[in-house]
Amino acid sequence: MDISRLENLGPGRWGVIPGTEKKRPPVVLFGTEPLIREMDDKVLEQIVNTSRLPGLAGAAMTMPDAHWGYGFPIGGVAAFDPGQGGVISAGGVGFDISCGIRTLRTNLTIDRAAPSLEPLADELQRRVPAGVGQGSSFPFSLPELGRIMEGGAIWAVENGFGEKADLDRIEEGGCMPGARPESVSEKAKIRQQEEMGTLGSGNHYMEVQVVDKIQDPNAAKAFGLFEGQILVSLHCGSRGLGHQIGTDYMMDFVKAAPPWKIALPDRELACAPIRSEAGQRYIGAMNAAINVALANRQILSQTVRNVMEEIFPGIVLHTLYDVSHNTCKEETHRINGKSRRLWVHRKGATRALGPGHPSLPSAYRSPGQPVFIGGSMGSGSWILAGVSQSEELSFSSASHGAGRSMSRHEALRRFSGRTVKKELSSRGIHIRSNSLRGIAEEAPGAYKDIDLVAEATEISGLARRVAFLRPRVCLKG
Amino acid sequence: MGKGAAPKKNRPLPEGADLPASKGDPYFPHDADIGIATCGKTLEEAFVRAAEAAFSLMTDLSTVHPLQTVDLSFVEPDEELALVTWINRLLTESDIRRLAFGRFELERNAAGRWHGRAFGEPWRETHPRGIEVKGATLSHLSVKHEGGLWTVRLVVDV
Repeated sequence: MDISRLENLGPGRWGVIPGTEKKRPPVVLFGTEPLIREMDDKVLEQIVNTSRLPGLAGAAMTMPDAHWGYGFPIGGVAAFDPGQGGVISAGGVGFDISCGIRTLRTNLTIDRAAPSLEPLADELQRRVPAGVGQGSSFPFSLPELGRIMEGGAIWAVENGFGEKADLDRIEEGGCMPGARPESVSEKAKIRQQEEMGTLGSGNHYMEVQVVDKIQDPNAAKAFGLFEGQILVSLHCGSRGLGHQIGTDYMMDFVKAAPPWKIALPDRELACAPIRSEAGQRYIGAMNAAINVALANRQILSQTVRNVMEEIFPGIVLHTLYDVSHNTCKEETHRINGKSRRLWVHRKGATRALGPGHPSLPSAYRSPGQPVFIGGSMGSGSWILAGVSQSEELSFSSASHGAGRSMSRHEALRRFSGRTVKKELSSRGIHIRSNSLRGIAEEAPGAYKDIDLVAEATEISGLARRVAFLRPRVCLKG
Repeated sequence: MGKGAAPKKNRPLPEGADLPASKGDPYFPHDADIGIATCGKTLEEAFVRAAEAAFSLMTDLSTVHPLQTVDLSFVEPDEELALVTWINRLLTESDIRRLAFGRFELERNAAGRWHGRAFGEPWRETHPRGIEVKGATLSHLSVKHEGGLWTVRLVVDV
């Protein structure tokens, strides 16, 4: 990104120097100078376009891992006030609605696990459907799917997938209120019937990780983390149902925009007034997709438990936290000292509630919410904790991943799937995937330095680092 | 129009990443996802080529036997939105029916209704696996007719 167009607003915070309009766009970019320089200029263009949508509250923002998306940048955060004509954008949520990360903590150490990692990798690959054309082991009828859309992870626990204790460690207690299955097309429902409990492909993964370094001992203790501990993380979302909802409503909003007189700087920003009938229908469908994603991660978590209990008798797996990073939620935030109900889009951005927030489970009220910055196969991941000041800075939002540093096209040109797999294996990281192409596109070298992103997230005041996780097994679609 | 389109026009992906991206392939870079750019003597042919490019990301089309046929039709006067609709309808049908598609046909009648057809079979272990294409987006979307050639571009979400 051409940094001459920006001015520094404080540690890790950047604003746009007014151009010919002589008015500063309400935009804030979070990140250290090297990360901002590395970002594509398109990120700035997209977030400025986003800031021009009706009813924006405060500023439109990008997180330190931002990269070029469609309409909204990935790593974009924008809140809208329904009382001021604010809008909801299907593109601002993303196609994979409620894509997110669930991390499970275990009582297993790497010393005990190390000899069994390869058999574990093989068994996970055998039991977890992942990648193109892989259907679910748990097909559901349409009426059952309707109950999943309304019940989320609570439905999953009531139907034998996991434990009640998991629910307390999932956003919204495992069930997003306000789901309206009747706002979801039949196509979307049929698409999902055989996709519950599947991982998907692209950047989705299931990783067995080891806690490599503790940076904040107090928060780590509150999260139940210790060095050498084995964790399992799942990164996936609402699968075909979410994509179909995104597709259906994106097209509806594009066609409906003229009557609403919303000037779209980019068609991909297609949106509807929050208080319109179409906006409310989308919100109902999106909430149904959030529940499908929460149930999907709950089902996958139980598959992981079953596999690990077989290989490591006596192992205990507790949900550390489950947080989505493609959502739009109604929240209360203070702007200029005034409390307002806003709809906060987080597209490739994690909600990161600070200490004391009433939505947090009691165990996390003191350290703040666990925040996951997921890396790519060889690069490791970070667990952070929410901080109080992010409420004012970013509507309590933080980074969600490493963020790509090059296109998939370029990654394919530079990396070979076979070579990446072999090189990672020599470092003790066991990759399992049916797609060599997928491995190459997701090569660690195709992503930004995860340490720089986590550091920038802390410098910017969005969250603070707690622990670094090193991958040992990675299942990719 | 677009009938009998040869599926191997686009580069197959039997070894996925181990084939370097080259000039002349139907893909262009996008940060997180994948851009597709194809052309044809007719608009329908360019759309069929775009479908081949999208489904080539998932498997080697030459390995897919045309054992089942899926017909679809839609009305969309906006040619750019028609391209998105065409690709998304195919992805939805492929997903719902658990089919790998290997060949496509498309026509538009005088009334502006698009009639498409996809040929494929249920996924088999022997189909090489690429990456899942989840949806066609409105990003970098364009349909142009220049010098007697139709060129279409779009980004697919993967």
